[in-house]
Amino acid sequence: MGARARTVVLIAGLALLAAVPPVAALTGQPFYLDLFRRIMIFAIAASSLNLILGYGGMISFGHAAYLGIGAYAVGILAHYGIYNGFLQWGLAIGAAALVALAIGAVSIRTSGVYFIMITLAFTQMLYYLGISIEEYGGDDGMRLAARSRFPGLVDLGDATAFYYLVFAILCLCLLLVHRLVNSRFGMVIQAAKSNEARTLAIGLSPYPYKLAAFVIAGAMCGVAGALLVNHTAYLTPEFMHWTRSGEILFTVTLGGMATTAGPLLGAAAFLLLEDLLSGWTVHWQIILGPFLVLVVLFARRGLAGLLRGGGRDG
Amino acid sequence: MNLVLVLEQLLNGLQFGVMLFLMAAGLTLVFGIMNLVNLAHGSLYMVGAYLAAAAYQWTGSFVLSVPLALAGTLAVGIVVELVALRSLYERDHLDQVLATFGLILFFNELIAIIWGRAAIYAALPGWLSGQVELLGVVRYPVYRALVILVGLAVAVALWIVVAHTRFGMLVRAGASNRTMVAALGVNIRLLYTVVFGFGAALAGLAGLMAGPIYAVQPGMGEGILIQVFVVIVIGGIGSIRGALAGALIVGMVDTLGRAFLKPMLATVFSPTAADSAGPALASMLIYMLMAAVLAVRPEGLFPARTG
Repeated sequence: MGARARTVVLIAGLALLAAVPPVAALTGQPFYLDLFRRIMIFAIAASSLNLILGYGGMISFGHAAYLGIGAYAVGILAHYGIYNGFLQWGLAIGAAALVALAIGAVSIRTSGVYFIMITLAFTQMLYYLGISIEEYGGDDGMRLAARSRFPGLVDLGDATAFYYLVFAILCLCLLLVHRLVNSRFGMVIQAAKSNEARTLAIGLSPYPYKLAAFVIAGAMCGVAGALLVNHTAYLTPEFMHWTRSGEILFTVTLGGMATTAGPLLGAAAFLLLEDLLSGWTVHWQIILGPFLVLVVLFARRGLAGLLRGGGRDG
Repeated sequence: MNLVLVLEQLLNGLQFGVMLFLMAAGLTLVFGIMNLVNLAHGSLYMVGAYLAAAAYQWTGSFVLSVPLALAGTLAVGIVVELVALRSLYERDHLDQVLATFGLILFFNELIAIIWGRAAIYAALPGWLSGQVELLGVVRYPVYRALVILVGLAVAVALWIVVAHTRFGMLVRAGASNRTMVAALGVNIRLLYTVVFGFGAALAGLAGLMAGPIYAVQPGMGEGILIQVFVVIVIGGIGSIRGALAGALIVGMVDTLGRAFLKPMLATVFSPTAADSAGPALASMLIYMLMAAVLAVRPEGLFPARTG
């Protein structure tokens, strides 16, 4: 019952997203194209975190790192005049996966609060690295001279085409996470989350599985970073700022952890709320902060949790 | 590089280290006893810095502004504990992280509304702005020397309180077995509030001392908070001894790295290469140190307890 309701919401949500460009064109509000493209990019990032947080129980407070790595991979190649999208995005995915492998190898050996602090600390390290490299703009970041080029396939300069490309990648990522968590691999991850000792006892070592999931999540978030830098057409170390990690973490929780629709719902709710509040007052964070506390205290199962049939807690 | 410069940077490292210790001690106590991950600890540091700057401006007396700022931060800490954090002790770490993240957003914006987003100037009285001759060779700012002295004095006082008083005994007992302490008839909720207020006051002290040295602005607490996490991971969570060792190590490594890594690289590589790689490496140094410590001792240098 609950699962079916969530599937209906997911499909309805995707259908609504698909309908945004024509509606925005008809009503003459191109702003919404921009807003919803941003929402989908953050949904991809949140979905990748959901894989390790929601299903794997790994509280990574450093997911913005991969967003930044993906963005910098595209930006750095563009800086040297290489605009080929396959090269840029390939590097984004590869670099994000590699960094995730390094960070994961150290942090997954620990657990609990250590894991939170270490992922946060390493992301801060990358943030400071971004600030201190003057060649790539340092503190100010750099403009992207041109968007990634996929000659003959799709032109990212065309807002609608770019929108549908992001949409397609989002669908692909949601499907990938869904397939992964329902595979044998995903079962081991979830088993390790619910009881690491028993998982060991039935003869499965969780470490390589968790690390693999961590790397997949990092690579997927790297894609979101490549999309984000094309979306904003500039990049700064702020992409890797620790508050960004916190926002992605909150997005997953707000949407509902360990559900396919959760990250999308969370990203939509969070960014629409941000848009609404920031249009109302420049001091919108004074409302967002307590709102976040209230969500944690009273609505911890998130938006997707509202659709859950009573009883089973995931 | 000459001896005077090295001595001066060693003192700067010590000064940064004791500052980190004041933050780390409160954070690690709160974690060890209440099992609470409090990201908003950096906000209390910020509150301390702002209250001190405001109190100095209001009273015109630096000496008077210190107790006022401390009392203010203590009060803010206790209110935060009673209103928001108290219901988080039994929650998992994810909930604690998110809720205290929300508190950070709230405090940063509140400060920005009251004092604005630009950095404010935290003044020093004349008798603290001079320099003092140390060890016969180094001329060192009086204020920084005072920070070192206060930090070391607090470390000693903290050790006496934790190791030799009844309150300290409860703190240690609470850290090793909370349920048992409550079963023995100790008012555990009161103990929690007192410990949290104590930690808040230490963070406020670090903040008010940091004010005249670093920039006083919204969000100033987060940079140091993450460095304090590195301190705690290196030292071992829940251990005051570990916090002190970790704080001094991180303070020294960070300060010396920033001061000497570039000239040292320049002797090996070309000056231009050192120019670009030096600052980048220096800012990454403490995190690489953390990774190295974790690789050898995943529980930190001084694990608080076993099992």
